Amino acid sequence: MNVIEFKDLTKYYGNVKGCENVNINIKEGEIFGFIGPNGAGKSTTIRTMLSLIYPTSGSITVFGKDAIEFGHEIRKDIGYLPSEIFYYDKMKVIDLLLYSASFYDHDCTSKIYELAEIMELNLDRRIQDLSYGNKKKVGIVQGLLHSPKLIILDEPTSGLDPLMQQKFFNLIAEENKKGATVFFSSHILSEVQQLCDRVAIIKDGEIVSIEDVKSLQKDNYKKFTICGDKLNHGRFNIDGVTELKEAENEVSFFYKGDVNLMVKLLGTLSLSNVLIEEPTLEEIFMHYYE
Amino acid sequence: MNIYLFELGMYKKSIVIWSIAISFWIIFYLMFFPMIAGDEAAFDIIMEEFPEEFLAAFGMNSDLPMSSILGYFGLTFGMAQIPIAIQAANYGFGTLSIEERELTADFLLTKPITRRKIIVSKFFAALTGLTIVNACIWVSSILAIYLFKDGQTVDLGKVFILLSSITLFQLFFLSVGMAISVSVKKVGSVLSFSMGLSFGLYILNSLNSIFSSGFLGIFSPYTHFNPTYILVEGSYDIVYTLISVIIITISLTMSYFLYLKRNIHSL
Repeated sequence: MNVIEFKDLTKYYGNVKGCENVNINIKEGEIFGFIGPNGAGKSTTIRTMLSLIYPTSGSITVFGKDAIEFGHEIRKDIGYLPSEIFYYDKMKVIDLLLYSASFYDHDCTSKIYELAEIMELNLDRRIQDLSYGNKKKVGIVQGLLHSPKLIILDEPTSGLDPLMQQKFFNLIAEENKKGATVFFSSHILSEVQQLCDRVAIIKDGEIVSIEDVKSLQKDNYKKFTICGDKLNHGRFNIDGVTELKEAENEVSFFYKGDVNLMVKLLGTLSLSNVLIEEPTLEEIFMHYYE
Repeated sequence: MNIYLFELGMYKKSIVIWSIAISFWIIFYLMFFPMIAGDEAAFDIIMEEFPEEFLAAFGMNSDLPMSSILGYFGLTFGMAQIPIAIQAANYGFGTLSIEERELTADFLLTKPITRRKIIVSKFFAALTGLTIVNACIWVSSILAIYLFKDGQTVDLGKVFILLSSITLFQLFFLSVGMAISVSVKKVGSVLSFSMGLSFGLYILNSLNSIFSSGFLGIFSPYTHFNPTYILVEGSYDIVYTLISVIIITISLTMSYFLYLKRNIHSL
């Protein structure tokens, strides 16, 4: 069963394109990644799903119901964590969470305490006194306290330290095991790879590709930066290398292929530094969709 | 119900402050009435020195001299209409725009509720807040009149009629504020909007009195519910009151439909 179905979703803000002809089906129990650079239309797509924004044309179905017409019904089972967290500043964390819980039919109190303990969140502080990361934690608890069937995350990890990020991912994975579907938007490829089954890539408001994360990982580019003396000897110009930039002391390129080959080649050189990185999203775009 | 109670809770401090401030304002002004009444002759001479237009601009009328308690109260009340308007306009401009201004829309509007329920709850929460202040004005006005009437007889019926106009007066600013707030892209600062509306319409009323035009007053609730008129006639101006009710109805309908269709943007 499809939990979310986008059909030809298009949103224009006046003449400015938010997104165009978005078609995605997300299956029940799936962790679906949604990546794209800032301003690509990720938030627009998500906000139409929550009927914060009304589409220009096309439709979105969530749990088999139209997301605009039955918005309030389907939101019972949606947990949403926005990218920027803002709450009524003067409230205490616990009061905000209880207010949030008061919108749902069942009692969420025990879940609030359970989540707060996992995320190490102090419930008695005022929201205005919290750091950005702690506000984010409030957002996480707030988004999950009603045990939603669909969890929508809009760049959820910014502001969280790596330890908390891991805890958060575990939390999401656990909710997913219990049957929740997850829609995870991000501009960081690695975290999408870590968590998601499938991923849609959006660029300039249009979906350029929907792929299996495993296959994405398999033929992924790596970005090499190598420092040393007299490196501009042309030996890096082998199969699988692209975007080769050679200078006397530094060489950089993208490599896609057998890593062992490249390591062997590097082993023959005397280097002062090696940097092997995941390419940034922009770089991925350049290489996948040229 | 939870939104209503939550919103009302947010108004708590504001309700207390406005109640005290406006009540104190009325009592403070009326405190001086015994002195004016005591020196009636001297005071009337001073008043005669002013040009008629000037007096009209401040809502003074020869049928209701300042040396009578009703005349003096009418004048005080006319002044108190300004803070009443500012408060109502504050709530009007603020209530629907706060989610977008303080970026809490992603919280409230993603909950399993309809926008219809949000706007209705918010409207009644604001109205409740205004009504509490309204009640305080009733109490302090009647109290102050009795304390400082300086032995004059008071036609309390007329005072009641005047005080009853507060509800419509508040509704006017509340609903117009709401309608404007959902018509514009963003309400950056509520206070500048509400000050603009309440003083703008007050000036419109003053101009209307100076030129005795009647036309300018169509858009100003200060004219619709002119205290001097109400205290002299003992009733409302039917046409003006009707206009007020129509503007309120249009504003509320407009706010309702625009809010339902509004796109809520992120940062």
